[in-house]
Amino acid sequence: MSTGLSRVFAESSYLAAAILFIVGLKSLSHPTTARRGMFLAELGMLLAVIGTLLYFEIVTWTWILIGVAVGSAVGALMAVFMPMTAMPQRIALSHSFGALAAVLVGVYKHLEYPPEQLGRLRIAALGFEVLFGALTVTGSLIAFGKLQGIVRGAPVTYRGQNVANLALFVVTLALYAGFIVEPDAAWAFYAFMALGFVVGVLIVLPIGGADMPVVISLLNSYAGLAAAATGIAIDNTVLIIAGSLDGTSGFFLSLLMSRAMNRSFANVLFGAVGAAPPPGAKTADETRTVIRYTPEDMTFALQNANSVIIVPGYGMAVAQAQHVLHEIVNHLIEQGAKVRYAIHPVAGRMPGHMNVLLAEANVPYELLCERDEINDQFGETDVAVVVGANDVVNPAARNKKGSPLYGMPILEVDKARTVIFLKRSLGAGFAGEENELFYDPKTMMVLGDAKATLTAVASQLKKRTGLVKG
Amino acid sequence: MHSFLLFAAAHAAPLKPLAAAEIFPLLFILILAGFLGYEVIGRVSPTLHTPLMAATNAISGISLVGSLVAAGGPYSGTSHLLGMIAVCAASINVVGGFMITDRMLRMFRQKPPRPAEGRPPAVTKAEGT
Repeated sequence: MSTGLSRVFAESSYLAAAILFIVGLKSLSHPTTARRGMFLAELGMLLAVIGTLLYFEIVTWTWILIGVAVGSAVGALMAVFMPMTAMPQRIALSHSFGALAAVLVGVYKHLEYPPEQLGRLRIAALGFEVLFGALTVTGSLIAFGKLQGIVRGAPVTYRGQNVANLALFVVTLALYAGFIVEPDAAWAFYAFMALGFVVGVLIVLPIGGADMPVVISLLNSYAGLAAAATGIAIDNTVLIIAGSLDGTSGFFLSLLMSRAMNRSFANVLFGAVGAAPPPGAKTADETRTVIRYTPEDMTFALQNANSVIIVPGYGMAVAQAQHVLHEIVNHLIEQGAKVRYAIHPVAGRMPGHMNVLLAEANVPYELLCERDEINDQFGETDVAVVVGANDVVNPAARNKKGSPLYGMPILEVDKARTVIFLKRSLGAGFAGEENELFYDPKTMMVLGDAKATLTAVASQLKKRTGLVKG
Repeated sequence: MHSFLLFAAAHAAPLKPLAAAEIFPLLFILILAGFLGYEVIGRVSPTLHTPLMAATNAISGISLVGSLVAAGGPYSGTSHLLGMIAVCAASINVVGGFMITDRMLRMFRQKPPRPAEGRPPAVTKAEGT
């Protein structure tokens, strides 16, 4: 193809890809249109790749083919075999891969093009891409490690941490600024890239598990920004658009998550709220006792309930209890009870975590309710079942000033007539705040593995209804 | 600060002077796509926030186009190597990202219509007669 014509084809393919990406994302506004929309986005991707390969001068196909073959195989295997429960890890890892591609493209651009040819603004974009890419690569890897259990999930903190980090940021930014001023200084380029990798580790290490939804969203945003900066550095419009969409999507989600936790970004990044609670704080309460109930009691309560709301949390994911939980829910619905799931935005480890797990267990999405749409209905509900959640239902968020949870919008399960908690232990939630609701006379604490408890309840329910029918 | 600026100005000279004219249209695209993204993403159903993350990830795997040029273009062996790793990382995101998005989206289903299993219509007929 002649250069002129292939240029037109390449640019048209980018234009088409940009449109298809936007239409694809728009289709995610409803589950019924989502799959078709994603197909359009895939088509856009294919077009953009073909347009690129036809337009740019390709002298060797070896590396391209190896890279595509290996990458596609690894991606496909991960997509097919990774269990749904590992989805947060998978998402964290993919942010790392995306950012790695951005960093490497930046390094290649830096190697092959002298500064005079790039111009200062493009050099600034190049530096931004490499810096943000680098910190996203390692930050996402640490997040992956924490979610996978390779890195200790609890916040890692030490004295003077914020000061040390701040100093490192300043040095890194100074090197970046220096590189923009003096683009011939290749050592500065590699120095701030290396520091970017270090900063990524240091940012995420102090952050604990329950803050992961915000962190994953933020890293999503960074990976997108790095891709958009790549687009500017290599003059590729569709890359700018796709990166920008990814960046704003991540930004939007992290805003949503931190609002749902009533915390600011700064608070999440520098607060390390999950740090061990002061040891003396809890001893005063240890004399209080809760009444432990058995799965039989729970079965009885559920059988007599006309309306039930289920509140799932990270504990459900850990125990893999979603399937047996929905078995119980189906049973109750068949018996004529009104049952719904209430999903708190930060339940789990990433945005939408609970929804995916419940979808895996064949829960129709009409049964899933958002916080604002269901909160005023707890008052008319017989039984609220909290499966492995704590902070998102802790009334301290409403009425205990000075609590780290205070001001966080919660699911108001305490307004239900009976509250059943399925928990492994009586420990405080992630925020270290004791839950008064455990001691409330209307609360039934069923301690133990959620899956084991629910399996017992499911079989008892079946047995009892069988007896009634017979 | 003043001397810093002078230093910057003195060193700015050998660079291509027209860069700003080329860069600003790109910045416009960046900003406008950002606003558009915010509007579009804001309407995404919260139920689909995890598939959304997987999907935007796959889409930003479009950095594949930059990686392809690095891996196969008329450049040094180092660039080809960097490019190949980048192609590999980006294809993991594109292929894996779209596949896993689809796998998740397939799981989201509506309430099944009541006569789901067996042949209930025939049963009701039998009961009617």
